Amino acid sequence: MAHIQTLPTRDLCESAKNGGCGECQTSCQSACKTSCGIANQKCENQKTEK
Amino acid sequence: MLHQYRLNGRNIVLDACSGAVHVVDDLAYDVIGLFENHTAEQIVEALKGRYPENEIRECAEEVGQLKAAGRLFAPDTFAPIAGELKSRTAGVVKALCLHVAHTCNLNCSYCFASQGRYHGERALMSFETGKKALDFLVAHSGTRRHLEVDFFGGEPLMNFDVVKQLVAYARSIEKEAGKQFRFTLTTNGMNIDDDVIDFCNRECHNVVLSLDGRKEIHDFARVDYQGRGSFDRVVPKFQRLVEKRGGKNYYMRGTFTHRNPDFLKDIMTMLDLGFTELSMEPVVCAPDDPAALTAEDLEIVKQQYEELAVLMDERRKEGRPFTFYHYMIDLTGGPCIYKRVSGCGSGTEYLAVTPTGELYPCHQFVGEERFRLGSLDEGITKPDTQTEFANTNVYTREECRDCWARLWCAGGCAANAWHATGSINGVYKAGCELFRKRMECAIWLEAVRLSDGQEA
Repeated sequence: MAHIQTLPTRDLCESAKNGGCGECQTSCQSACKTSCGIANQKCENQKTEK
Repeated sequence: MLHQYRLNGRNIVLDACSGAVHVVDDLAYDVIGLFENHTAEQIVEALKGRYPENEIRECAEEVGQLKAAGRLFAPDTFAPIAGELKSRTAGVVKALCLHVAHTCNLNCSYCFASQGRYHGERALMSFETGKKALDFLVAHSGTRRHLEVDFFGGEPLMNFDVVKQLVAYARSIEKEAGKQFRFTLTTNGMNIDDDVIDFCNRECHNVVLSLDGRKEIHDFARVDYQGRGSFDRVVPKFQRLVEKRGGKNYYMRGTFTHRNPDFLKDIMTMLDLGFTELSMEPVVCAPDDPAALTAEDLEIVKQQYEELAVLMDERRKEGRPFTFYHYMIDLTGGPCIYKRVSGCGSGTEYLAVTPTGELYPCHQFVGEERFRLGSLDEGITKPDTQTEFANTNVYTREECRDCWARLWCAGGCAANAWHATGSINGVYKAGCELFRKRMECAIWLEAVRLSDGQEA
């Protein structure tokens, strides 16, 4: 496309199909302990659609 | 829902529900802004003074193609699955915050844990209680393989022998149980010695080291019971631990307060000391606390986040990269939608255990009687309270519905919400404001990295 560059991202709608295994790290078991963010977690699903 | 923003010369469009991120030129930025509520002819009419007409039409077609592909203006269809993950896994616990020491050898002025006591008595967890906690975790972990245990306090190294015994016990049972324990130790550094370093580097998946940055900032808050700053005592120990860690996960974790909303200087200090895995967190305290961030501070902090992103980009290009915890996003390998809508897991898959074996939804609720869920001996005695947490998700918070960042924060921190509004279904607005700024900066960093064609 001439005007729009789309970055590679995980398709969240698609992730609804195989997601939800719950293996990924719990939000606060990391560095923050005082806020919530899930953006920095890695998917640990072995059957992910990627 | 879309979020469009301009940062440091880039135009970024985030499609909240598909998760797509687009880097666009000025024309596309304007076309996308008009696309949903205007016809193609209206868009041409509105923009033809600024751009060639044929390009406007070409661009509108591109936008239309992305919309058809579900990469722009994707509808939010996730509400029905918001409670699904938690209800499917009701009763499953996979992570414990183990408060092995409700006592501390520092007396930090801003401590949300009241110098480690959490409004209660000083106490150390016995091995027997810790063992019960690990057995509880294994017994309630269902099919989860990865079990997470954070040694927390207070200062967990004040009970290091028990920490070591608990890790040895966990290692002795994990294989047969089909589990893998991941340990994290959070420490103020005072008691670090070679024994601790070897243990951490052998057993801990992650180590969180508390350092606030500049010596004068660190030493103002992080003092011992004689009021002496701890910077000079902990920094060499942290350096030795990190040097011997051989690339395994660690974070230098600082807190910034009203004294240092210009926390980038503290980040610079950490870098100068040789640390590269960094985290700085806004203080959590009552609004009338002298450490609390003011409205003016928040504006400074937001500016600092932008400057931090620029610094990280510069350092990456110079071959001297560093990590900032809140800017770590993996656009292709991040969490699935279930995780993004179902919240942080406090009170359900994540529990905090006190030295005497009481259970709370998370470390930030410890000592709040209303949230005591039960104990290792009794089990869950307040199922209704646990259900409140199970029923909390991004769609149960009214304020999240119009927020573009909701699938990146999963509805935010229940403890912050409760402290700010009296309800775990509220939101901590100042925290949201900073979170959104951090996400803008984190996505900008990825956009720059990827659009420059410089894959890490």
